[in-house]
Amino acid sequence: MAPTGMTTTGTTNVLGVFAHVDTTLQAIRDLRAKGFSNLTVYTPVPIEEIEHEIDKVEPLSKVRLFTVIGALTGTATGFFLTIWSSLKWELVTGGKAPVSIPPFVIIAFELTILLGGLATALAVLILGQLPKLRPSPTYDPRFSVDRFGVAVACAPDKADSVQSMLSAAGAEEVRR
Amino acid sequence: MSAPPAHGATAPAQATWADVNRDVIRTIGMPSDKYFAWLCLVVLVLCAGFGAWAYQIWVGIGAAGKRTPVMWAMYITTFVFWIGIGHAGTLISAVLYLFRAKWRTSIYRGAEAMTVFAVMTAGLFPLIHAGRMWFAYWLMPYPNQRYLWPNFKSPLVWDVFAISTYLTISVVFFIVGLVPDIAALRDNATGYKRKIYAVLSLGWEGSDHQWRHYRRGYGLLAALATPLVLSVHSVVSFDFAMALVPGWHSTLFPPFFVDGAIFSGFAMVLVLILPMRALFNWYPYITDKHLDAMAKLILVTSLVLTYFYVCEVFTAWYSGDHFERASVFAKASQQYAWAYWGMYFCNCLVPLVLFIRRARTHVVTLYVVSILVLIGMWLERFNIIVPGLAHDFYPYTWGTYYPTITDSAIVIGSFAWFFLLFLGFIRVMPSLSIVEVKEVLPHPMKHASPGGHH
Repeated sequence: MAPTGMTTTGTTNVLGVFAHVDTTLQAIRDLRAKGFSNLTVYTPVPIEEIEHEIDKVEPLSKVRLFTVIGALTGTATGFFLTIWSSLKWELVTGGKAPVSIPPFVIIAFELTILLGGLATALAVLILGQLPKLRPSPTYDPRFSVDRFGVAVACAPDKADSVQSMLSAAGAEEVRR
Repeated sequence: MSAPPAHGATAPAQATWADVNRDVIRTIGMPSDKYFAWLCLVVLVLCAGFGAWAYQIWVGIGAAGKRTPVMWAMYITTFVFWIGIGHAGTLISAVLYLFRAKWRTSIYRGAEAMTVFAVMTAGLFPLIHAGRMWFAYWLMPYPNQRYLWPNFKSPLVWDVFAISTYLTISVVFFIVGLVPDIAALRDNATGYKRKIYAVLSLGWEGSDHQWRHYRRGYGLLAALATPLVLSVHSVVSFDFAMALVPGWHSTLFPPFFVDGAIFSGFAMVLVLILPMRALFNWYPYITDKHLDAMAKLILVTSLVLTYFYVCEVFTAWYSGDHFERASVFAKASQQYAWAYWGMYFCNCLVPLVLFIRRARTHVVTLYVVSILVLIGMWLERFNIIVPGLAHDFYPYTWGTYYPTITDSAIVIGSFAWFFLLFLGFIRVMPSLSIVEVKEVLPHPMKHASPGGHH
């Protein structure tokens, strides 16, 4: 997981601000080709092409793992709660045996969705490192409007070459 | 389902990304006097509703006019009505998301807000109806000293689970969608507003890292919400279908209810979206294509509903069951016949006008159709519940329910509660999704890509 924009000792942050999808993509490819892997890309909306580029190096998001664990926990809870509590009072209600599975499927289904959904939301927070208490030093308010940002964390002596690469790719503005 | 326009949602005057931010952000902030006038009216009606509820709590549930045999009356009718309204939002945000129907982007935020508020309104009715609402927590399974647990074989307990799950997942979906938009508001705001939006946006920055998990999570939530949408009204319909009352005990009910819910939900979306479009001047984002797509959905669900109505009558006749036949006959000819034929008129005949292409984009026509559909759908639930109970097996238990001022005021007050929540929402939060609308606009490219598919 790439630390987003946080300056650790011995690294410099260089930010390129872009106005277009294709130039941003070009910058990411150029930087990757030169071996700069610690990139943070800011986009106002999710962009498929950029996602594909990121997916080449990042492992698949683990959100689905949370979802499946949450959902299965829900199913198990639903069946456990209904069966166990029916056994506490073994009464025949509605002409059905105390433990009758068909009506319990509904409770299990609802809890599957409930816990699955809550686990998914939790995963987005945990894996996305939200809530983020301090803004990243490289974040710019324009990134929520119509500008793209490519932030590179690199060794201070490489900063000049990164700056020129970002400009060459078509950055509107480059800053440290 | 009608085919949505394949490449819809692009504005005719081709808005840019910055336009979207500007057009959404300008709707937030100090409202006009007219807005406050509406707010005052809504609050006044709401106060009347609360007053009536307080009166009912004071003198007892008899104030609601419920007496044998009609023990479920206006409250349950209105409960089912509001749950039905709450269907369109998640249908738009989950099902149409999975189908990649791009026209959903301009209407989904408003529809999701509508869903959450409608379910919040619906949730009040079982409490109002049950009378002693301070014991409402008895419905939930919680550990207690006497090992008392709810009867999990009861459809009413299934309902508790279905509705609370639906409310929770709708709220989660709604909030997840709002986060990147609130970040856009934060970046534009100053002073204390900036601080509030900064907290609410959870520090969202739109980095690749955040988007990656967000997108994956959003897709999974949509996948989970899709069966949920279909299940909620099915479970609500079990409240009736599992009982032996003539006219209720039918396997037709789950699809019948789900279709009706989508039908009324879309009508309510139009009722809310059309004034918003005029008020906020959102013509570039909510275009004729969107109105046309929604009108087609209303038309299709209306035709399906008509089919179900016919099936209901047919099965009553074909079953040969005396009580089923008598129930249908009583509905169509006795004291509640006005509601029965009103329902047919509003739900089956009126939407047929949407077969005309021009009517599907004509604002006044759409508005009138939508209002009539809402009335028709309320009448449908009334027809299932009240005449069904008023005329069941034994003639000596037949009876007529007369509404009282108390229960009417509470039902009207519920509309005020819904509109109050909605009016509040549109002034503090983006009621058009900034991110999703931008996603379907052409992406800014320096060099025009040959196969530009956006």
